[in-house]
Amino acid sequence: MRYMLLIYFDEQDLSETERQECYVDSVQLARELNSSGRYLAANPLHPVSTATSVRVREGKRLVTDGPFAETREQLGGYFLIDAKDLDEAIGTAAKIPMVHKGTVEIRPVVEIPGLPTG
Amino acid sequence: MTENAAGRAREMVEATYRSESRRVLATLIRLLGDFDLAEDALHDAFAAALEKWPKDGVPVKPRAWLVSAGRFKAIDTLRRRARYDASLETLALQLEADSRYVEPRESEGVEDDRLRLIFTCCHPALPPEARVALTLREVCGLTTEEIARAFLTAPPTLAQRIVRAKAKIKEARIPYQVPSRADLPDRLETVLQVVYLVFNEGYSASSGATLTRADLSGEAIRLGRLLLELLPEPEVSGLLALMLLHESRRVARTSPSGELILLDDQDRTLWNRGQIEEGLALVERALSSRRFGPYTLQAAIAAEHAKAQNGAATDWARIVGLYDLLVQANPSPVVELNRAVAVAMRDGPSAGLVLIDAILTRGDLDAYHLAHSARADLCRRLGKTVEARVSYQRALDLTQQETERRFLERRLAELPD
Amino acid sequence: MKYVCLCYEEEKKLKAMPKSEWDDIVRETYAYNEELHKNGRLITSQALQPTENATTVRVRNGKVSTTDGPFAETKEQLGGFFLIEARDLNEAIQVASRLSGARLGCIEVRPTMELS
Repeated sequence: MRYMLLIYFDEQDLSETERQECYVDSVQLARELNSSGRYLAANPLHPVSTATSVRVREGKRLVTDGPFAETREQLGGYFLIDAKDLDEAIGTAAKIPMVHKGTVEIRPVVEIPGLPTG
Repeated sequence: MTENAAGRAREMVEATYRSESRRVLATLIRLLGDFDLAEDALHDAFAAALEKWPKDGVPVKPRAWLVSAGRFKAIDTLRRRARYDASLETLALQLEADSRYVEPRESEGVEDDRLRLIFTCCHPALPPEARVALTLREVCGLTTEEIARAFLTAPPTLAQRIVRAKAKIKEARIPYQVPSRADLPDRLETVLQVVYLVFNEGYSASSGATLTRADLSGEAIRLGRLLLELLPEPEVSGLLALMLLHESRRVARTSPSGELILLDDQDRTLWNRGQIEEGLALVERALSSRRFGPYTLQAAIAAEHAKAQNGAATDWARIVGLYDLLVQANPSPVVELNRAVAVAMRDGPSAGLVLIDAILTRGDLDAYHLAHSARADLCRRLGKTVEARVSYQRALDLTQQETERRFLERRLAELPD
Repeated sequence: MKYVCLCYEEEKKLKAMPKSEWDDIVRETYAYNEELHKNGRLITSQALQPTENATTVRVRNGKVSTTDGPFAETKEQLGGFFLIEARDLNEAIQVASRLSGARLGCIEVRPTMELS
């Protein structure tokens, strides 16, 4: 079963060194997951200052600067993994570097048969 | 079979339902991998027993018979549903073919199923109120109406809570298993929280539907016993002891007219000796393990009260010592407050008042009525009538409980002018 | 360059929707997904189960705490995402504006960094 692990943390509360360490540890975790066949995808995101929100209302495209909602912690990246059950997903979430400072939200993925992915 | 024997068989089905239905359910959930399907199967299995046992006699292994009947009924159900949803046919075939579905042996495997059920119902990924409802429903076998009544909740709200929790177990795939050694301490904590919450819900409410609520405490104690039997960890002993020692004072803590009676004023001959003896033995067992935690420490404190002939004979020095450990194990302003009250008993009211004022100054317990009533009590004993009045009044403004309100009003009225 | 298109929609509204309307949206999403896949834009896309099935994990002082529900309660909820390859933000916005989520709620477009 696939789970999306969404990583939220306060962007302002992260030094450049911490950011670098976080990447190194995340790559390590991704490799670990990959070696046991549980890695599907992972990406850190650029800060919310680079976010753009798109809405279409009555056929008209509305593009605004910034994220969809202002929150104290922001979505900073994700892991998409394969896990046998929720406990295994929780175990992986607890290994994500930013879980110590921020929050990891686990969302089970809807299994759609036949949906093409890359 | 004679009419008499048939009647006995029917009684046997009913007795088996009371003693075995939760065990059978726990195993069926594992075998079928679905709470709702397992509940239906359980129901069908007992209906089959009611039909067959009076005719054919009671089977040698009633539980195994019921599990097996339940499994076949579930396969039938899936077959019927498969007419509308073809994917279920595969599931039914799988169930039939799967080698795990041979007769369950009468071994510890079945007891494991009950532990699996407890840990699943108390999983931290479920909302706390759903954990309580689900545990009472699935592990204790209470009906939704009974649980709703005990928690003063509307039955549809409670039913919805249970439906949602079962859906999350299925959709997010919460596993049906006992946590690994490494995860056990954290996960056990959640289970103990649920049990203690059920107990307190039945214990703190001394007004209203009194009877139903005492049942809730009884249910929590039964759960505690079951848990200790399945998982003899020191903190499980500690929690069971704590509940028994509190429960032993139930009769003594309210007057016939329903007024609250403080520990010091209780008629100790009314305390339930049997529960106290059992509680004391469990505390000893937990303390000697040296792996105990906050529940055992609270039980040890309750044990000191239980052992004392009267308030004056209480070993307050030991109680303060236990609170010191509890503050370390489980730091919280409420624990500090209780420690301050114990210090007041050991060293006199002024020593306690200094500590309570320090806690209140920090602002942590400013909205907690018991902090103000404890302060009021110490002021009263020190003859600080004006301050006592202010604090009793503040406590009165904050309390939600009817008996507590009447108690505080009495205290206020008793203060000298 | 890779972008994620995060689809935020109001779960309550989607649930209240008539089945036929919902089926249309699913069909439309399938078709668009197929199209993005064929022209090499799509890296992956996933639909998420509703937030009532979310679990939140934090680790503080070495202790794992698990709670029920999403990280934050918001009016609209993250319901799925598309990881796409686009030349620039304009192209990413073009892709995003054709997602059904843009009509039903809001798509947040975020450039990603590579984990290497």
